[in-house]
Amino acid sequence: MNHLLRSHAPISDGGWSVLDEEARERLAPALAARKLVDFSGPRGWEYSATNLGRVSPLPGGPAEGVSGLQRRVLPVVELRADFELSRSELRDADRGADDVDLEALDKAAHQVAVAENVAVFHGWGDAIAGIAEASPHEPLHLGEADAYPRPVARAVERLLCSGVAGAYGLALGSDDYRRVAETAEHGGYPLLDHLRKILEGPIVWAPGVEGAVVVSLRGGDFVFESGQDLSIGYDSHDSDVVRLYLEESFSFRVATPEAAVALRP
Amino acid sequence: MGFDQYHEPPEELPPATRTFARLCASLTEEAEAIGWYEQRIALETDPEALAVMRDAQGEEFKHFSMDLEFLLRRTPPWREVAHGILFQPGDIVEHGEEAEAETFEDGGAGSEGAFEDGSLGLGSLRGASR
Repeated sequence: MNHLLRSHAPISDGGWSVLDEEARERLAPALAARKLVDFSGPRGWEYSATNLGRVSPLPGGPAEGVSGLQRRVLPVVELRADFELSRSELRDADRGADDVDLEALDKAAHQVAVAENVAVFHGWGDAIAGIAEASPHEPLHLGEADAYPRPVARAVERLLCSGVAGAYGLALGSDDYRRVAETAEHGGYPLLDHLRKILEGPIVWAPGVEGAVVVSLRGGDFVFESGQDLSIGYDSHDSDVVRLYLEESFSFRVATPEAAVALRP
Repeated sequence: MGFDQYHEPPEELPPATRTFARLCASLTEEAEAIGWYEQRIALETDPEALAVMRDAQGEEFKHFSMDLEFLLRRTPPWREVAHGILFQPGDIVEHGEEAEAETFEDGGAGSEGAFEDGSLGLGSLRGASR
């Protein structure tokens, strides 16, 4: 048993299968960053930092004639979203009910996905530098949905001018994704298809992202390093509810800041 | 044509299973080659020939290990069992029994739904639609 303490929970093997499958179904569509950046790992819960290969000077040495340096690392961050489920509902799941109320799990899954997207694309304080914030390119204005091809094409051109080869992917915030999906250009051509042709890559629904971000998919530019991949762990229970949580640990680093262009709403 | 690695009709197998079968076949071939070199080295008396064959056997060690690592990465329960047995001092059979029990009981990687580390096994979603 590991730190998730799953076997301490009053949940049957079948119940865990239902919860894990529900979490996967809710998380996979919303985890936009994992569809666009390099994923490395998972390296385990004990993994605490990513090697940056860099050092900082240390003033003086511990003894005369000896100099010193300190290695710099990128510590992993932990995300956790708590939720609780009715034990009665879980018992019904064991009986074969296929309409079990897992709304709290669904909400936690969405919250974690949004948090991961925001951390990767917009950063998280001093812990993570996000793609959009790290980009040296001046952000472009998205404008109205039917005009999106222009800023997206300009973003692609900027990347090409910077020597960043395609294909490219587009992370679109929820509102902008909806606008793109429901818009057809003159002649009825779906905007989604037009943008895909410009990018030569995927368009990804990215809840939590403000506006949009065009990123290179050539690899090596953005690295998501997973410690503990997303997991459901057990916290506590009483006679009515079981308290669980969704958790992960990861670091994220931008190796090539110029390999992305932010598009502001 | 050498399609012997398939035990079932290949056209009915999903791509991931065909890849898995290819790597299993490769693993077997590397293990056979290691065994053949071991026999040749045991009998050879020419030092230069011995050096060449030892070098070649080293290549097979590498190939075998790479094949194995690939297969273990794609098969969490296998990886968890291997984790409990490989590179562990002590009784091999005992470790095997323990690793099997830990993997296939109590929410281990072999129990339904869970991965080796208890995670959801999401990993990279490159190539996923939308």
